[in-house]
Amino acid sequence: MSKTSKELLNELVAKHYEDAAQAKKDGKLVAWATSICPQELLEAMDITVVYPENHAAAIAARKHSQEFLDQSEGCGYSIDICSYARVNMGYKDIQYSEAANIPMPDMVFCCNNICTTVAKWYENLATELNIPFILIDTPFNHIYDAPAHNIEYMRNQIEHAIHQIEEICGRPYDYERLTEVMKISNETAYWWRRACFTAQAMPSPLSGFDMFNYMALVVCIRGKKEGRDLFKLWCEELEAKAAEGKGPWKEGEEEKYRVIWDGIACWANLSPTYKILKKYGINVVTSLYPDAWTILYETNDIEGMAKAYTYYHANRNVDYVAATKSQRVKDFNVDGVIFHSNRSCKLMDFTIYEQQRRITAETGVPTVVFDGDMTDPRIFSEAQYETRIQALVEMMEENKKKKAQEGK
Amino acid sequence: MSIITKKITKLENIALNPAKAVAESCKETGKEAVGCFPIYTPEEIVYAGGFLPVGMWGGKKEFKESEAYLQGFCCSIIKTNVELGIRGAYNHLKAVIIPALCDTLKCIVENWKIAVPQVPSVAIVYPQNRWAAGSQEYLIAEYKRVRSELEKITGVLITETAIEQAYELYEEYRAVMREFTEVAAKYPQTIDAKKRHLIIKAGYYMDKAVYKEDVKCIIEELKKMPEEKAKGVKVVATGLIGEPIEVLDIFVENGITVVADDLAQESRQFRTVGRPEGTIWEKMAGRILDQRGCTFLAEQKKSRGDMLINMVKNTGAEAVVVMMMKFCDPEEFDYPVYKAQLEKEGIPILYLEVDQQMESFEQLRTRIQSFAEML
Repeated sequence: MSKTSKELLNELVAKHYEDAAQAKKDGKLVAWATSICPQELLEAMDITVVYPENHAAAIAARKHSQEFLDQSEGCGYSIDICSYARVNMGYKDIQYSEAANIPMPDMVFCCNNICTTVAKWYENLATELNIPFILIDTPFNHIYDAPAHNIEYMRNQIEHAIHQIEEICGRPYDYERLTEVMKISNETAYWWRRACFTAQAMPSPLSGFDMFNYMALVVCIRGKKEGRDLFKLWCEELEAKAAEGKGPWKEGEEEKYRVIWDGIACWANLSPTYKILKKYGINVVTSLYPDAWTILYETNDIEGMAKAYTYYHANRNVDYVAATKSQRVKDFNVDGVIFHSNRSCKLMDFTIYEQQRRITAETGVPTVVFDGDMTDPRIFSEAQYETRIQALVEMMEENKKKKAQEGK
Repeated sequence: MSIITKKITKLENIALNPAKAVAESCKETGKEAVGCFPIYTPEEIVYAGGFLPVGMWGGKKEFKESEAYLQGFCCSIIKTNVELGIRGAYNHLKAVIIPALCDTLKCIVENWKIAVPQVPSVAIVYPQNRWAAGSQEYLIAEYKRVRSELEKITGVLITETAIEQAYELYEEYRAVMREFTEVAAKYPQTIDAKKRHLIIKAGYYMDKAVYKEDVKCIIEELKKMPEEKAKGVKVVATGLIGEPIEVLDIFVENGITVVADDLAQESRQFRTVGRPEGTIWEKMAGRILDQRGCTFLAEQKKSRGDMLINMVKNTGAEAVVVMMMKFCDPEEFDYPVYKAQLEKEGIPILYLEVDQQMESFEQLRTRIQSFAEML
């Protein structure tokens, strides 16, 4: 019998870490890269790419993050900065975790479309490890559409990065292979999005926390054929489930409420965040993650590539972000929105309140905010979380009653 | 009162009363003001339009209205600006310019449009990849976009000739400030830590044409006097700003003299000399592209640690004081790297975590006292 996507997922994640370790042993070049960067440029030159954010999440999910947080805080890193960075800066020193390991880098590759913070973090790595720093700077889109000079600037940087990579590798750039990797990356993006969008069905065949699991892989395997094939398989499974009318959980467990989860998962507190939602029959049907790795452009269209990367939602204005979330509420029949006020991520946090107001005004659905963190286990409070979720349930129930009455 | 005391007192009063000072500057010059957020903004473009660029570096205010937009873990300078904006304190400004230099400022660019709609805002996004070809071209395009936005808001045409003139004035002001920091270091009694800070800060609320003459006068008067000995410890200050002011009072009490600084509000504004060649746009871009050791502009390898070590060596300072603004990510990211470098050189560090809403200074006083005694 052929393997399920879940089985393959676990195998591929394990393989990702094993292959990286082996590559290092074999003397191949290793890059540490940010989670939504143009990895195509590295993959095309057969550079082994690992993702510190992913790695930090894996360490946190297995309850090992505190050791690394302690190490970096001991070196002077403030408890107020990004915990992915703190875990990674700790790992740079300790270089071993029972949870998962990544080989030390020969270069760092950073795209600041996800935040300014990653540029500071990678600048520190480049300085302390004395290795090349490749940066793709994607200016913040405070205007709805990126102006021409932004696209031109990013194109120049992609060309500059290619030269830097040629120098590091000591051989001419492989443009043919780049074409191939671009094609695969776009196919992966297509299947990733299509799979995530199966959650539009009522009930959703997809549990949002499963999406978080698959996300771990879409980060690190977007440019590889096995990644594309996995997401295609996952999508087919979900579409089959939806056709049979199956929900996210086992038989008999009803999807009572459908919500958007906004922000990064609390990797160090996954179990309570999931279980409390499930207890109330709440399924996370979507977030802006489906779009995060939906990097779509025509093969060999460098400007299109630049645009796709700069349009990551956290790099766009509130008009875009709030409107997109409101549209998701409508398209996915969402009953409420849960905002994770993530102590690690000021960029995602400091427009939450305005987004709440706009989404409720536009769609009428209730929203709540809870305090947490993606990898620092000390911030999240289960009691606060449950209280907020209960409040959301009450508001969603009220809305349902109103709708039912109006329908009569 | 001597000339120098008069000038120093004038600038101190201005720095301590920004709102009043801006109103007076506007009255004296007949200009209207445009607010400039930290850290960098193209002030020359504002000046060229016939407006008075004024600094917006927060203040001590209770947070009420801003709580509807920002969580508690937001940089206090920026949150205060939003608070004051909503309360109407900036209604007299023709516009504000907000540079998206950190994640918090990116969000402020967005929140300002909604929270303070009565004061039009113009965002500018500086390039971070300053070593890539194309960053100059990009920055020039940003400057030109800012000019167009300002023109649309104010209805004033801002010509290149006017920008050239403004740039020349600003280059002169920056040269004066570089000289001031050098000369002031030789007069630690006349220019103590608090006076040094206030004299530099006053420039944010005055027309630079007037301000630079006042500072020049102070320099000339200082030069007439015999050099002074520091009473206590000589330090280099680094961080975002040299405030709250109470901390500087404690410095003065304990004889701590700031002989050089790497503060964003102070020397980072004027330490980089403009390029002599090129168009006016290239010259302006050059100042950002050539700026080193500032955490708000990325580098391939961080140069701040080496820069601080050199500053200590060149000025005969005995320690580095870190004024760490709480919740300032970029500053917090730089600290562990330069801390390790300074420690390797055996340079003592006094780390002070500060924010603008601080009420109690007793803990800091004890730490500053024991640090001064230890050295």
